Amino acid sequence: MNSVGPGYFLILAALMFTVGTVGVLVRRNAIVIFMFIELMLNAVNLAFVTFSRMHGDMFGQVLVFFVLVVAAAEVVVGLAIILVIFRHRASSNVDDAHLLRW
Amino acid sequence: MTLEQLIFGITFVVALGSSFAMLFMRNAVHVALYLVAAQIALALAFLLQGAFFIAAVQIIVYAGAIMVLFLFVIMLLGVDRRDALIEPLPAQRPLAALLGAALVAEILFVSAKGVELIQNVGENTAALDAINRDPGNVVAIARILFGPYLLPFEVTSILLVVAIVGVMVLARRMTTLSERAGEQTTEEAA
Repeated sequence: MNSVGPGYFLILAALMFTVGTVGVLVRRNAIVIFMFIELMLNAVNLAFVTFSRMHGDMFGQVLVFFVLVVAAAEVVVGLAIILVIFRHRASSNVDDAHLLRW
Repeated sequence: MTLEQLIFGITFVVALGSSFAMLFMRNAVHVALYLVAAQIALALAFLLQGAFFIAAVQIIVYAGAIMVLFLFVIMLLGVDRRDALIEPLPAQRPLAALLGAALVAEILFVSAKGVELIQNVGENTAALDAINRDPGNVVAIARILFGPYLLPFEVTSILLVVAIVGVMVLARRMTTLSERAGEQTTEEAA
């Protein structure tokens, strides 16, 4: 059915994961950083689906299901924390929240 | 060039292009929209590899529910444009690009090793197609999810409940006792 080798999908996943990492390192807005974390999770999901195809079973796809649930929980809690910080400091810039700095 | 290769090319360009566009967008709403584009392109990549259920869930849960939540919070906080103006660490961006290049080299090296290790990829792809045809993609996933993975599945439901309770605690506005007493008297007056 598929004439595109799994290596190409892994390359796409690796590149997207790296863009997500660089975004987390570079951007300052907490919500934008969260979106880059979502991008990294998506790239990992693509890798899981590719592994599922390489092994010829369904376990990779089941693992994607679990990643999805954990990502949803993580987003909800994280956005609530961002909201609380915004309520206290009127800013969603990560450099403004430095209470725990040495 | 077969149809699959053409679709994969489009997927590759859209997914990677919108990921890179996310890096350079100043406005948080634009970043969110490019993330939706990348996620829909990834759903196409899932379809190409025979993961039909996951592709549908990707669009419904990620591009639908989670991104709406993101946009909702962006609208709630107001779009913050001061993001790019203040730069506390001047060397951060080139350093991040350098680390990114190192990371992608590492991942590609490990992936190449892994692809070498698995020899009969063609046969395995055929096996996955057979599973998708005979019990069907959703049935096959359900048999694993509610068979060997039943306990982790139940644990994720506990995780979701904990997340809901945690968010309710976090989002509650902390009111002191005197404020609450004040609210009660105004209610009584009204």
